[in-house]
Amino acid sequence: MSIAIEKEKCVGCGRCAEVCPGNLLVLRDGKAGIREVKDCWGCTACVKECPRQAIFYYLAADLGGAGGRLYAQDSPDTLTWIMKWPQGTEDIITVNKNKSNEY
Amino acid sequence: MQIREEKADILIIGGGAAGCFAAITLAEEYPGLSVILTDKANIKRSGCLAAGINALNAYITPGHTPLDYARYAAEDAAGIARGDLLLSMAEGLNRVTAKMEKLGLVIQKDTEGNYVTRGPRNIKINGENIKPLLAAAVNKAANVRVLNHVNMVDYLLSEGKVRGAWGIDITQERIYLVAAGAVICATGGAAGLYRPNHPGHSRHQMWYSPFNTGAGYAMGLRAGAEMTSLEMRFIALRCKDTIAPTGTIAQGLKAAQINAKGEEYQKTYGNTTAQRVHAVVAENLAGRGPCYLKTQGITSEEESNLEKAYLNMAPAQTLRWRETGLSPRTVNVEVEGSEPYIVGGHTAGGYWVAENRATTLAGLFAAGDVAGGAPQKYVTGAFVEGEIAARAAAEFACQNPPSDATAEIKNSVVSAVKKYFTKSPPSTFDADSLEEAMQSVMDEYAGGIKTCYRYTEASLKLADAHLKRLAKLSDSLRAADFYDLMKIFELRERLLLCRVLVSHLAARKETRWPSFAAHLDYPDKDSAYEKYVNSKLVAGEPQIIFRPLVKLPGGEPQ
Repeated sequence: MSIAIEKEKCVGCGRCAEVCPGNLLVLRDGKAGIREVKDCWGCTACVKECPRQAIFYYLAADLGGAGGRLYAQDSPDTLTWIMKWPQGTEDIITVNKNKSNEY
Repeated sequence: MQIREEKADILIIGGGAAGCFAAITLAEEYPGLSVILTDKANIKRSGCLAAGINALNAYITPGHTPLDYARYAAEDAAGIARGDLLLSMAEGLNRVTAKMEKLGLVIQKDTEGNYVTRGPRNIKINGENIKPLLAAAVNKAANVRVLNHVNMVDYLLSEGKVRGAWGIDITQERIYLVAAGAVICATGGAAGLYRPNHPGHSRHQMWYSPFNTGAGYAMGLRAGAEMTSLEMRFIALRCKDTIAPTGTIAQGLKAAQINAKGEEYQKTYGNTTAQRVHAVVAENLAGRGPCYLKTQGITSEEESNLEKAYLNMAPAQTLRWRETGLSPRTVNVEVEGSEPYIVGGHTAGGYWVAENRATTLAGLFAAGDVAGGAPQKYVTGAFVEGEIAARAAAEFACQNPPSDATAEIKNSVVSAVKKYFTKSPPSTFDADSLEEAMQSVMDEYAGGIKTCYRYTEASLKLADAHLKRLAKLSDSLRAADFYDLMKIFELRERLLLCRVLVSHLAARKETRWPSFAAHLDYPDKDSAYEKYVNSKLVAGEPQIIFRPLVKLPGGEPQ
């Protein structure tokens, strides 16, 4: 489990590095990178903070991961989660931020 | 070596639930006092609430009283909790909840405007953004200055009082010295002491934050503060592999807990938090595992609501369901125990504090997961403790204005940092490998996952010897930069906490809480141990102190 950064999408704004609770993200040559993939907690703070959806969260093989990528798009009223699958399809789940969880 | 010096009436170390609430309280009630809040990361997403939370689990629901809540928490801890602390915490729960709602937290309400309950003590929320909401309120406070990415390392002591703290700024690569009239420690609990569920690539797929390394406990111990009940470890019963919370399914959906034979096993074991973990361990050992939360047959709507609820706090679970195709509607959710943590918000380990959350060191107050004696405080209880500690710290600070750190203190801090940047002979280990070694020791000899959380006097002795060896090795670690240096400090904090934890486990010669502290030489509960196991460091060695119970009005069942 960890996050990965798609360098071609990264604009080097540094917002991910600012919010990572483990100080794991750093800017190198204008692009964000993770110091050590094994140190990620999977909180997805950086995934939600990224304005370009350049960061995704994934489950590694030890957690039964099969290549899915979890992205997020934050807006004032909704948080949209995008799951992209290796075969090219995607699932989208939109959470209304003004509505409580049912459970 | 660059040093930055700051001064404030009050220094808050750690901007999680307790620290942020302390800052908000000081802004509202003591606008004339200057406050500095430091956090090792950025308070917007730092600490254990980074991903969000799914419910408020400490709330006085209609028909219940704060005393009911306190009695429940004391019973769950088999009597080893502080009645005074539990009551003062429980009395504030609803007040801080209302305040959090004003800060923007979405709480579900019925048509009459009452909060909708999830269980007898829980209410339903959308807590994905709880940290950004708290951070926004703190950043707005005129008298509070936030120093993000500043990791505090040790208190500044003068004439027996805590007069501030020093730390390192990870991004600017410099030392911070903050002189203060009073200090509130709100650094959270400790994860990463034991070998985790997935020691490889996903070593940090854990419930509690791996960045909560026990800094506050270590700082307190080194300064001579008294700790309590560290032996009451917390082991979380979680969804297999993702280590995502189970309460959402167990309470939200009222799902039954079943073994591999489909039998509902829990009633055989009792239903305290420790007994729920122990039940899974025992069912597995008896050949009736794995154990599950029975979700097969839930409706599509229920499944969709579950997916959203998990995205709001533990997105791994939703991704896993979708990715594997093993959705909760078709396959029951397997559960397992996590590695043990020290976390005063769930169990009772932490600083020994007075009712006003003053520690045994003058000028130092503690709140949240780092404060002991008040289990089941959860997020709202941490808020209340932040509030109580803020008021007491403010009163103290009014009588004790901050004074500049002396040249002697400054010099000793600089040499404490410089030491790690000197050249050392080539070595065969680094902070990472020593951390792994420490986790193996704790796992095998101090009741980790490997031994089903059980230990003996003999195994604890071995643990202690190995921890001493590792601490000595850690003296020779060297840093390439300030991030590296933080990792070394974190390792040393954990090693110290582990040693004191092992001495606590050895001192409680009974098994009061199955799994949480399962002593194979003393497998039964013993009324002689209806007392607190406390400790402090004397000349670098853990010294155990027993203290009599502070009970609730009317006593409490043992």
